[in-house]
Amino acid sequence: MEAYLDNSATTKCFEEVKDIVVKTMMEDYGNPSAMHLKGVEAERYVKEAASAIAKTLKVQEKEIFFTSGGTESDNWALVGTAYANCRQGKHIITTSFEHAAVSAPLEWLKEQGYEITVIPVDERGNLSLEKLEAAIRPDTILVSTMYVNNEMGAVVPVEAAAKLVHDRNPKTVYHVDAIQGYGKYRIYPKRMGIDLLSVSSHKIHGPKGVGFLYVSEKVKIHPMILGGGQQKGMRSGTDNVPGIAGLGTAARMVYENHEEKMEKLRALKTYLAKNLSEMERVVINGPLPKDGAPHIINASFLGVRSEVLLHTLEDKGIYVSAGSACSSHKRAASASMTAISADQERRESAIRFSLSEFTTKEELDYTLEQIRTVLPVLRKYARH
Amino acid sequence: MYKAFLIKYAEIAIKGKNRYIFEDALVDQIRHVLKGVDGEFDVVKERGRIYVFARGEYDYEETVEALKRVFGIFGICPAVVLQDQGYEELAKAVVSYTQEVYGDKTMTFKMDVRRTKKSYPMNSMELNAELGGEILDACPNMKVDVHKPDVFIHVEIRDKIYLYSQVIPGPGGMPVGTGGRAMLLLSGGIDSPVAGYMIAKRGVKIDAVYFHAPPYTSERAKQKVVDLAKLVARYSGPIRLHVVNFTDIQLYIYEKCPHEELTIIMRRYMMKIAEAFAEKDGCLGLITGESIGQVASQTMQSLAATNEVCTMPVFRPVIGFDKQEIVDVALKINTYETSILPYEDCCTIFVAKHPVTKPSLKVIKRSEEKLQEKIEEMMEEAIQTAETIICE
Repeated sequence: MEAYLDNSATTKCFEEVKDIVVKTMMEDYGNPSAMHLKGVEAERYVKEAASAIAKTLKVQEKEIFFTSGGTESDNWALVGTAYANCRQGKHIITTSFEHAAVSAPLEWLKEQGYEITVIPVDERGNLSLEKLEAAIRPDTILVSTMYVNNEMGAVVPVEAAAKLVHDRNPKTVYHVDAIQGYGKYRIYPKRMGIDLLSVSSHKIHGPKGVGFLYVSEKVKIHPMILGGGQQKGMRSGTDNVPGIAGLGTAARMVYENHEEKMEKLRALKTYLAKNLSEMERVVINGPLPKDGAPHIINASFLGVRSEVLLHTLEDKGIYVSAGSACSSHKRAASASMTAISADQERRESAIRFSLSEFTTKEELDYTLEQIRTVLPVLRKYARH
Repeated sequence: MYKAFLIKYAEIAIKGKNRYIFEDALVDQIRHVLKGVDGEFDVVKERGRIYVFARGEYDYEETVEALKRVFGIFGICPAVVLQDQGYEELAKAVVSYTQEVYGDKTMTFKMDVRRTKKSYPMNSMELNAELGGEILDACPNMKVDVHKPDVFIHVEIRDKIYLYSQVIPGPGGMPVGTGGRAMLLLSGGIDSPVAGYMIAKRGVKIDAVYFHAPPYTSERAKQKVVDLAKLVARYSGPIRLHVVNFTDIQLYIYEKCPHEELTIIMRRYMMKIAEAFAEKDGCLGLITGESIGQVASQTMQSLAATNEVCTMPVFRPVIGFDKQEIVDVALKINTYETSILPYEDCCTIFVAKHPVTKPSLKVIKRSEEKLQEKIEEMMEEAIQTAETIICE
């Protein structure tokens, strides 16, 4: 049996996504900027994708800009806004458990003379709104937070944060990295007060190498990729039509029967969390299962190093991750686990399970059964 | 401009009646590396030299890079090939070659003309004088120095005429395959690929064994070792890599023996298994990347303790190297970047906080008695189930 429980790293594509990707590669493969009919046909896919996405967010089509993925969206949102608004101020606020796609460009901006304030989170991954509020100043140009933390599933109350940011400083731009949140929550930027929103396609059963940035028409932002002037000059480069068409389809599909699917997903997660926490010397990291995102659970199996459990499970066809998959090539401790001040033993034995709408109860039962079998054996051979 | 390369070889020249064996191995090895280069080549052995001729268009840089990886080559001389069209044409060609290669640099030279084709109307002494004069006339910054010239300008008159003066250094050593076969204990670290390279350089054909310990070491760690073997194979020729599943043996030792002795005992069994593979593959020795005192398992006492289990000679070419010296070689042969990828290898996963640094053989052997019941059977199983990967 195979159990793919690493959906926060990436997901399997929807069948329909595959079909439209193939179609735009093999039949309607024109360049959307071309003047002829084949170009016009290709352009239609891009427009339809923008429209499908805009509908899920209740925003205008022209506020959606396609990128090469979540990392580009985050980079552009931060650097592009910082540059466009530098006359107003150079102060930026973020949190201590952001993904590297946010923390690294902020680190770079710091070297360019911007001032970065990092708001800590508590051991459950809760962001302190009081501290956020206190940090906002007249020269704060940008606040950037996640929607859902990728490693523990902690959820940031973005609506409350947005209100507070804008109450304190109406000129401050609020960016939300919704790479783990889009598709799991209904996100309405206008109503919630989000000015910029980053989304990645391959986390919602779309193809890799594509994503988008929602840019509220009120926001001043510089383009970062210059060239042929595609996407109204905001993001040059020939449109990735297969990727964009796939993303549009995936966006439409994740929000079909959404409430029902999320209820089922949350029930599965709760089931997994309950069974895990009943095991001996297993600790759930981050938010209580009822508070966290519906698809992520992070647990430490004390006495067993993450990699060892991961490889043992991989041998049984079960795929999970140790920390976040994007960062597990590095030996450094996970930023999120450090942010919630987990001790070393907990950090080194943490495993993330991330579910998707394809996950079944059978997969979870199989996984739990395997963990129960291997755990005592692995603990016997722990390093001393 | 260059249509041929004259290959100078180093120590082979001093081998007596076995010389042809070394030369043939060198020709084979040159043909092997040139397979991977854009272009078609003839590799010819004649009168104590080896020539590489390009048949048509070819990639010069790639060719030189490939030849620089052939052990046994001391120097690579890119040569211009001319048809014999009389002295006038030859003189013109020699002058334009000199101007093209050296421009108006201030330097000294000496002509070195060899005339194998005795029917050529001028003899080599005359040619030396005449051609040297042509160069002096055409290049005002060049002077003759017959004792210590900066360059020799060689002209060889055979059926065709060869013109060369540059010597690009080769790696030296002996052609692979002329020095027997040895089994390299390859980990994912910096040292063992360097050790393999150094022994291969002396003409030794290399096979390798890697100890894999899933789930404690990952598929990526194994891939890294395969990648390292491929990098070494660029010099040594194809490497047969035996991947041994070592997990059960490791856990068994962990269960039965004191933890501080774990690494030493584990290494003793690794040597035994490596030796078994070496015997199977017709190897005459083992190769390790050990360097005295680098880690607890490489103190003199530890080396003596691990060495004790094998009857084959164990070659440790980096034994007297400092880490930086090993790194320098790793950088040169391009294995360093791969070696430092951060995946656990099986030597580090169960390592004790304070491993013994001066193990006593008596104590170690007493600990090993506790393994008697199953260890032979487990070793047999590990050898039987090993996977063999050809890395080239």
